[in-house]
Amino acid sequence: MSIEVRNIRKQFGSFTALDDVSLDFPTGELVALLGPSGCGKTTLLRIIAGLESADSGSVLLEGEDASHTHVRERQVGFVFQHYALFRHMSVFDNVAFGLRVKPRKERPSEAVIRKKVHELLELVQLDWLADRFPAQLSGGQRQRIALARALAVEPRVLLLDEPFGALDAKVRKELRRWLRRLHDELHITSIFVTHDQEEALEVADRVVLMDHGHVEQIGTPEEVYRHPATPFVYGFLGAVNHFHGRAEDGQVRVGEDLLHRGQDALALTLDQGAPVVAFARPHELDILPGEAGNLGVAAKISRILAFGVTARIELDGVNGSSGQHFEVELTREQVERQGLAEGQPVRLVPSRLKVFEQKGA
Amino acid sequence: MTVEFSLWALLQSLADGAKWTVALSALAFLFGGATGLLILFARMSRSRLLRQATRVYIEVFQGTPLLMQLFLIFFGLSLAGLEVSPWLAAAVGLTLFSSAYLAEIWRGCVEAVPRGQWEASSSLAMSYLEQMRHVILPQALRLAIAPTVGFSVQVIKGTAVASIIGFIELTKTGSMLANATFQPFLIYGLVAASYFLLCYPLSLYAQYLERKLHVSR
Repeated sequence: MSIEVRNIRKQFGSFTALDDVSLDFPTGELVALLGPSGCGKTTLLRIIAGLESADSGSVLLEGEDASHTHVRERQVGFVFQHYALFRHMSVFDNVAFGLRVKPRKERPSEAVIRKKVHELLELVQLDWLADRFPAQLSGGQRQRIALARALAVEPRVLLLDEPFGALDAKVRKELRRWLRRLHDELHITSIFVTHDQEEALEVADRVVLMDHGHVEQIGTPEEVYRHPATPFVYGFLGAVNHFHGRAEDGQVRVGEDLLHRGQDALALTLDQGAPVVAFARPHELDILPGEAGNLGVAAKISRILAFGVTARIELDGVNGSSGQHFEVELTREQVERQGLAEGQPVRLVPSRLKVFEQKGA
Repeated sequence: MTVEFSLWALLQSLADGAKWTVALSALAFLFGGATGLLILFARMSRSRLLRQATRVYIEVFQGTPLLMQLFLIFFGLSLAGLEVSPWLAAAVGLTLFSSAYLAEIWRGCVEAVPRGQWEASSSLAMSYLEQMRHVILPQALRLAIAPTVGFSVQVIKGTAVASIIGFIELTKTGSMLANATFQPFLIYGLVAASYFLLCYPLSLYAQYLERKLHVSR
């Protein structure tokens, strides 16, 4: 089932959680709402679920306005960060519960319920835990049971609020893959909220990036990572280097140095002298030895960390970029070939660069 | 002239009085519990009026001495032309008193059930009453058992107040015996010991429950 939200606003006291948010969630997709805490992602999810109501705007389920429908009637499956399993019931009863409390007319027979619960428990690979109580399960197991419980009532959409947020890193990674596989099997329209960019990029069909109650960018993981639309997205997704400078003749000048443009022509259409921030990822920077030449930004190597195949080089800016810190990723051979050493003065040349005008500077 | 009582006869009279103390406590606790449950629902209902009314009810019974409540019921009702026996007045007074406290204790327990449990059950399409019955109350009950048993001790001690309106229970029996024997220290010592014998097992039981339910959570 498709979900649309139209012009949603939500205010908590003087804090604006959602500021005119409109989004489409097509049928069958797994979408991640990604952003830092306080960006409004959880509030949006709860509004879609009907657990919270918007100040204005509407939620459309399958094209029908559901804004004033109670969560009971929306037929959404909701998975909570802290599982919210019923602690006084066994795993089996937890999953069966949604079916057992259905009105008598719609309620399946006990035999059907049993079969269905066992199917769901097999789906989440925890059939052997049916008789346990939630307190006896690990966090990862609890969350899978919570998912089975939500799926039992055959919801039209599945909403997950930081589903792996309370789990340790290893379990989180496992469950991520598992959620993706599950979605590929069920194809139920799903939205999950996360502040973990890796999780969002790895699991979702599409990622919605949010900040301060606004949608910053929507796209496939590839799109948002490769072509961030705003400085926020650039900074939020993965490690990144910032160069603070100004626009000059369609190029970027940092202090006295000219930040070289690589294969991508910058084609800046900014006013002469406008303050800009240029972004480059650590693997998008090359290091040229020596102070000479008018190419790139002068810096000094402060540390070389070469553990694995790749080496991470930390640098401090000098001259115009002093006080700024940079990070470059090279292969270990490159470091050896170039004979890079700590304390060495070098120049940084981006092979790929994205420039944004700096607002409020 | 003083009447001589054997210690055995004293104990027998006190045991007689203690019977009534137990009966009054049990009655107050049972009816108080039933009334308290109704008040609990009203206290948490969606109707503002009901919520306010029960709040006033609870504040009044928690904010005035039990003795005054009994006086008002005993004398107030006779003023209104209703003949009330001390037994009935004591039972009604203690019932109302217990209901106010129990409703408040239980409300705390219901609110201690995490909000996620409400949300999880409503996303499974349950109605308010279903949520209460299947999800919230069973969990609140576990939390409530220990403080509820603990409160029963308060009810037993509270029944002593009924002696003042002439209800013959443990304390009243004690004071009559003390007047007759001129041995107030001995008699009230025995009375106190009797209360202790009634209450201490309950206190122990409440502690035991608290530990047990806490661990298994």
